[in-house]
Amino acid sequence: MISSDIIRRLQAILPPHCLLIAQEDVKPFETDGLTAFRNTPDVVALPETEGQVKAVIALCRETQTPIVFRGAGTGVSGGALPVDGAVLLAMTKFNRILSIDPLARIARVQPGVRNLAISEAVVPFNLYYAPDPSSQIACTIGGNVAENSGGVHCLKYGLTVHNILSVRVLTIDGEELVIGSEALDAPGYDLLALLTGSEGMLAVTLEITVKLLPKPERTQVVLAAFDEVEKGGSAVGAIISGGVLPAGLEMMDKLAIEAAEAYAHAGYPLDAEAILLVEVDGTQEEVSEDVMRVREILLASGATEIRTAKDDAEQKKFWAGRKAAFPAVGRLAPDYYCMDGTIPRKALPAVLKRMAELSTEYALPVANVFHAGDGNLHPLILYDANQPGEWEKAEHFGADILEMCVAHGGSITGEHGVGIEKISQMCVQFGNAELQAFHGIKACFDPDGLLNPGKAVPTLHRCAEYGAMHVRGGKLPFPELPRF
Amino acid sequence: MQALQERIRTTQSPLRIRAGGTKDFYGQSLAGDILDVSAHRGIVSYEPGELVITAKCGTPLAEIETLLDEHGQMLGFEPPRFGAASTLGGTLACGFSGPRRPYSGSARDFVLGMEILDGTGQHLKFGGQVIKNVAGYDASRLMAGALGTLGVLVQASLKVLPKPQSELTLQFEMDEATALKHMNEWAGRPLPLSASAWQSGVLSVRLSGANTAIMQAHTKLGGEPHLHGAEFWQHLRNHQAAFFADDTPLWRLSLPASAPSLNLSSKQLIHWGGAERWLKTDAAAANIRATVKAHGGHATLFTGGNKSEGVFHPLPAALMKYHARLKKLFDPRGILNRGRLYPDF
Repeated sequence: MISSDIIRRLQAILPPHCLLIAQEDVKPFETDGLTAFRNTPDVVALPETEGQVKAVIALCRETQTPIVFRGAGTGVSGGALPVDGAVLLAMTKFNRILSIDPLARIARVQPGVRNLAISEAVVPFNLYYAPDPSSQIACTIGGNVAENSGGVHCLKYGLTVHNILSVRVLTIDGEELVIGSEALDAPGYDLLALLTGSEGMLAVTLEITVKLLPKPERTQVVLAAFDEVEKGGSAVGAIISGGVLPAGLEMMDKLAIEAAEAYAHAGYPLDAEAILLVEVDGTQEEVSEDVMRVREILLASGATEIRTAKDDAEQKKFWAGRKAAFPAVGRLAPDYYCMDGTIPRKALPAVLKRMAELSTEYALPVANVFHAGDGNLHPLILYDANQPGEWEKAEHFGADILEMCVAHGGSITGEHGVGIEKISQMCVQFGNAELQAFHGIKACFDPDGLLNPGKAVPTLHRCAEYGAMHVRGGKLPFPELPRF
Repeated sequence: MQALQERIRTTQSPLRIRAGGTKDFYGQSLAGDILDVSAHRGIVSYEPGELVITAKCGTPLAEIETLLDEHGQMLGFEPPRFGAASTLGGTLACGFSGPRRPYSGSARDFVLGMEILDGTGQHLKFGGQVIKNVAGYDASRLMAGALGTLGVLVQASLKVLPKPQSELTLQFEMDEATALKHMNEWAGRPLPLSASAWQSGVLSVRLSGANTAIMQAHTKLGGEPHLHGAEFWQHLRNHQAAFFADDTPLWRLSLPASAPSLNLSSKQLIHWGGAERWLKTDAAAANIRATVKAHGGHATLFTGGNKSEGVFHPLPAALMKYHARLKKLFDPRGILNRGRLYPDF
């Protein structure tokens, strides 16, 4: 619990409307997009000026009070989950686009600007900001930087780290650092890469300079149906090795197709075991050639049906199902748990097969939505949080999926971050030496461990405990025990 | 690899990491006994359908690019080769990228995973072999451009790209200011641009992609097709062009692409759509740096000249503090490529 002295000092820094203390005011901040984890914060700071942010940080440093940063709270790994005794510092009021330079194709923005708001603001210049996480209508660019967010167009356009030029951050020491520049590189170490995706553990972002890209002249979507998931998987590899770099390449399995169709009426073939959505973009001519090539490859890969969207409306319809997949699957059960593993694409058949077996073992259905182009799986595990033990089962199932991804040479998280959710699986993906290096990096920026403590990187002690109770590739020795 | 680890662990003196030795000219100073990593070579895995290649860092770039080429793929950052012996590790350690960089991304952008030996000989594996991976701090991209001062690069996984169906280079006669304006404006339009450079009154741009798309873009932009476009960019990429030939100090300026003409030297080659400007000049380092800094960029003394004035742009004290801490973390004894990046470490 945060001391009344600190609260008093916060009150001296922040005007009343920028500081939430009452239970009913702080309660909405108890969770982020990963609602299975909740912890009511002691106090929520919503500063409006950089001076206030600096003063809060100085106070926290002096009193050794932890800080958890928060943007829009759409993250799905519990990165913004409040920590006991910490100040929850939300940056959402920093919501101004500071400047747009259409000739240089850059925009300077504050961290609380919504992802989609950037693209909307540069429409007059026929430019856009490429990373498009599905929460883009609400999520903030500051959160995107913290999580190194992706979206459906990563294969061609990269993640946040590839689309920002510079950040101005504040360290716990109260130092302002400008990292990167409006040039394409900066002298010294690539701290921009290090800070992007650092989950609020190293510094707080005050300003971001993003790259803007010209809007493609044309976009076209091809939908293909397959009677076997494996065929869909190999079609993905064939498209890519066939020389086409699609802007988006999405796959859905039968359960996801059924749910999406019932919800969004996208016209998906219900007899298919899997569908692929292939989006190509570029100039008129490039798109025409790519569509032809993609259709040939899909046909050769055994697609049972191939449709090219005949106009914008149909294109939107094809995407509508995919974009609504999460809420659609959400109707199938009271709760769902979204995973975020990545795998080399070639491992897809093996991973899906094992996932089906696990689904039977845990008696929990799973729907698969897959950023197939970049190997990013989003299995949605269906469960009912009101049934005792079901959440724990879902969590175990999820952990097994992530560890399987690692076993196939993949990663426990492609774009959602580690947060609190996957902290134990970090022990599976990395050895002690690497984890120690991560703690070392943390200590370079935050020696007292005040920023978002307990997130993103597990202690070696935790890993030892996790390892002791966990048999890789097999079952838990004591499945009734709660995991850490 | 064990021998390398042993050598690092037991050495009493600084080590100078070296493979092909084609970039000995680069950096502040060459100190220490040579740690030869050239034998640590070979392609570990490559599957065109994954768009990922993994290779040991002593592997010659030529070997990697030949293999990719056989499968219609390429390194999207088009790294320069300053000699036949140029290796993957040296390229990544220097963070060098070629003509395609402003349109496709830099060496660091294509890094997916990196294995290193730190300054205690410890083998660390960061990142991985998948295109999307946000587990843990991005220490692998941190290694790109760190000049081996944070670790000996032993293995890297890179994203690769499909090669464009065809390419066409167009040339236009115009002055520097007009060329800068055009390069920036064109980069903001949906054109299949993949390289651009201006020198001595001639703007050259490369278009890459489907034949029909290139022809259409040619119609839109005009310009004279270059008969030996591939060779032109190759020479620029590898610094074999006549511009680079004499002994005058060569400066590399990294600037916002839209920065105006700087008038720092009469001998200038503008690259990367305006974001990279090469100067041949004897001008004082302080003058160059002050001008470049005023325009939001930084300057590197690439070859020749007086290195005692600093090869790399000095860092603000606050940033240097974090650099020093990271150096101490990965190389506590300060033995790896000591003095190569900054004199202090």
